[in-house]
Amino acid sequence: MAEAKRVERPLSPHLQIYRPQLTSVTSILTRITGNALIVGVVLAVWWLLAAATSPAYFQTANAVATSWFGDLVFTGSLWAVWYHYLAGLRHLIWDSGKGFDIPTAEKLGWACIIGSVVLTLITIVLV
Amino acid sequence: MRYLTARKRAEGKGASHTGTEHHWYMTASAVALAFMVPVFLFVFGRALGQSQEMVIETFSRPFPAILTALTVIVAMRHFAKGAQMMIEDYARGTMRKGLVILTFSISYAVTAVALYALAKMTIIGFILGAMAH
Repeated sequence: MAEAKRVERPLSPHLQIYRPQLTSVTSILTRITGNALIVGVVLAVWWLLAAATSPAYFQTANAVATSWFGDLVFTGSLWAVWYHYLAGLRHLIWDSGKGFDIPTAEKLGWACIIGSVVLTLITIVLV
Repeated sequence: MRYLTARKRAEGKGASHTGTEHHWYMTASAVALAFMVPVFLFVFGRALGQSQEMVIETFSRPFPAILTALTVIVAMRHFAKGAQMMIEDYARGTMRKGLVILTFSISYAVTAVALYALAKMTIIGFILGAMAH
């Protein structure tokens, strides 16, 4: 028993040689966007707090929120929230037991990527 | 004395010890957020870049104030439990516990600050409205 014969098993794909696929990339993006959104939320809530505190404090927070840095954070958060939104809808579809075949899963992935960019542009135009 | 057998009590609880409670919370809050977030983006986007008076005027009105409060409360719980999943995937032991506590603390603090700001803007808006009449 001590000299058990080693079985040649296929190794699970290592991250360094793992070929990224649309489904895996769109999956990890869901986690990244969801967690990164805390940055935009903290900036937004800080801005609200400043508006409720004093004119001087609002001037400081508003200068940051409307600077190039604020624009970067809020525009990035806007795309992130739409991406996470569509990816969440995709999870609801999967939770119902549908859309697991590869062609449908890849279509859903493209829907998340293209849809999030389109919705971001529409929101910027409308708001 | 327990009337349920160990098998019966363990059934359906799985590795998380809470069964599908976490997953179900994420599903339910996701559906709630799907309705609230687009409207909130519109309200917030319109207010951003305005003067302080206009910001207070916006968030002291009932609909933007209640919508923002609800969105922040649900979104921060959704965030905390989502971030917890990520932490539990990558960290173990004390590090895992510490990071989960930190994440929960940050999300509760953000919620409290947002509710405080909204309440205060409602009061300021009420006083400004009373002075205008």
